Amino acid sequence: MIFLKRQLPIIIAFVAGIMMWIRYYIPSEVSTNLVDGYLEWVRIIVGFAAILGILSLLQHHMLKIRMKRPGFAFSYVTIAAFIMMTAAGFLPFAFPGFAEKNMETGSLFNWLYEYTFIPMQATMFSVLAFFIASAAFRAFRARSMEATLLLVAAIIMMVGRVPIGDLISNATPAFMIGQNEYHLIDFEEWTGWLLNVPNAAAKRGILLGVYLSQIAISIRIIFGIERTYMGGGD
Amino acid sequence: MIPAGEVLGTWIAVGLTLMMFSFIYKDNPAFKFGEHLYLGISVGYYVNIQYWSTIYPLVFQAMKQQHNYWVLIPTILGIFILLRIIPSMSWLSRMAFALYIGGFAGYSLPLIVHSLLLPQLSQTLQPYSGGPGPVINQIIILVAVFSTLIYFFFSLEHRRTVGMISRLGIVFIMVSFGASFGYTVMARISLLIGRFQYIIESGHIMFPWTRS
Repeated sequence: MIFLKRQLPIIIAFVAGIMMWIRYYIPSEVSTNLVDGYLEWVRIIVGFAAILGILSLLQHHMLKIRMKRPGFAFSYVTIAAFIMMTAAGFLPFAFPGFAEKNMETGSLFNWLYEYTFIPMQATMFSVLAFFIASAAFRAFRARSMEATLLLVAAIIMMVGRVPIGDLISNATPAFMIGQNEYHLIDFEEWTGWLLNVPNAAAKRGILLGVYLSQIAISIRIIFGIERTYMGGGD
Repeated sequence: MIPAGEVLGTWIAVGLTLMMFSFIYKDNPAFKFGEHLYLGISVGYYVNIQYWSTIYPLVFQAMKQQHNYWVLIPTILGIFILLRIIPSMSWLSRMAFALYIGGFAGYSLPLIVHSLLLPQLSQTLQPYSGGPGPVINQIIILVAVFSTLIYFFFSLEHRRTVGMISRLGIVFIMVSFGASFGYTVMARISLLIGRFQYIIESGHIMFPWTRS
């Protein structure tokens, strides 16, 4: 039993990892079929993993209702909305008043998606603008050199992205370098430089570290040194 | 004539938008209702997407139309994942995770080196050409990448020369974070303007008689 519980998963990870690694160096039809088949299998497995997440969410809300925890009434809303949206997509016939069934345009599912999911999602993200503004107020109190740099970069970035940035730039004296005209204050130019030079370079430095770590962790997983994916227990 | 479904839908969409916006004032029952509704709707949406774009074509159709019974293996492994909710059988899910994580580690290894790591390095070490402007930018990029890497290199104590380089690294990192922050703020503000525009423009659909 110990073999099944602890050693077999490591053997599966090793064999799958080595096969997928080596196939890259042997370009052939077999190798292409292998990777296509593997990616298809992974999509199926991930589909079930998503169902596990959903089951866990429903379990949480049902427990909240059963224990009558504070705000449990809202859990009914979540469960009802889930059932309604899921059923709308699985209905084998067009819901009365709708021309289509399942997920097609003109179906109940599509109507719910358009008039509930999209507006709520967009509003949820747009509300973050207010919280970002309050976070900015705290972060932008330039108490140190680092905070000042953050403040200056963010202000240039924000002003350079709105029409007022152009208005300010155009109001400042212009001069020529070679055949190009520049303004004394040129937010558009500064924004482009900020994004393409210091921002891209710092991100590249961070990403190089991330890629090296990914390589290290992949090798550790394949050779069974990293086993956290197995979870706790026996 | 605007269809009744569109009028009703717009009323619901605007109502839900205002419910979500009410959080700006403070956490309240209207927002909590909207939040829980959004959760349920989005999970239901995700179930449908997963089923109709993955499980149905890759499992049911593959078996029924192409008689491909190999798909039973990942299906059984997927069922093993669901067994995680039964503590005595949760160990079975390790087989699925091992295949997924182990295989993906091997799959991504050469891709990371070939498609991500080496192109980033080659972009950093470009030949210096194109006039003074591009050359200065190239030097700044090289210095910034090197100093940022040193900032995250903890095998050496950050003192004297290493400390100075690492300090330069934090300068570039802060400029980068500032630029990203500014960019994100503008994206959120643009979404916010979009929502306000939606509410204003929905007036003619919600009250059809106001249409000229």
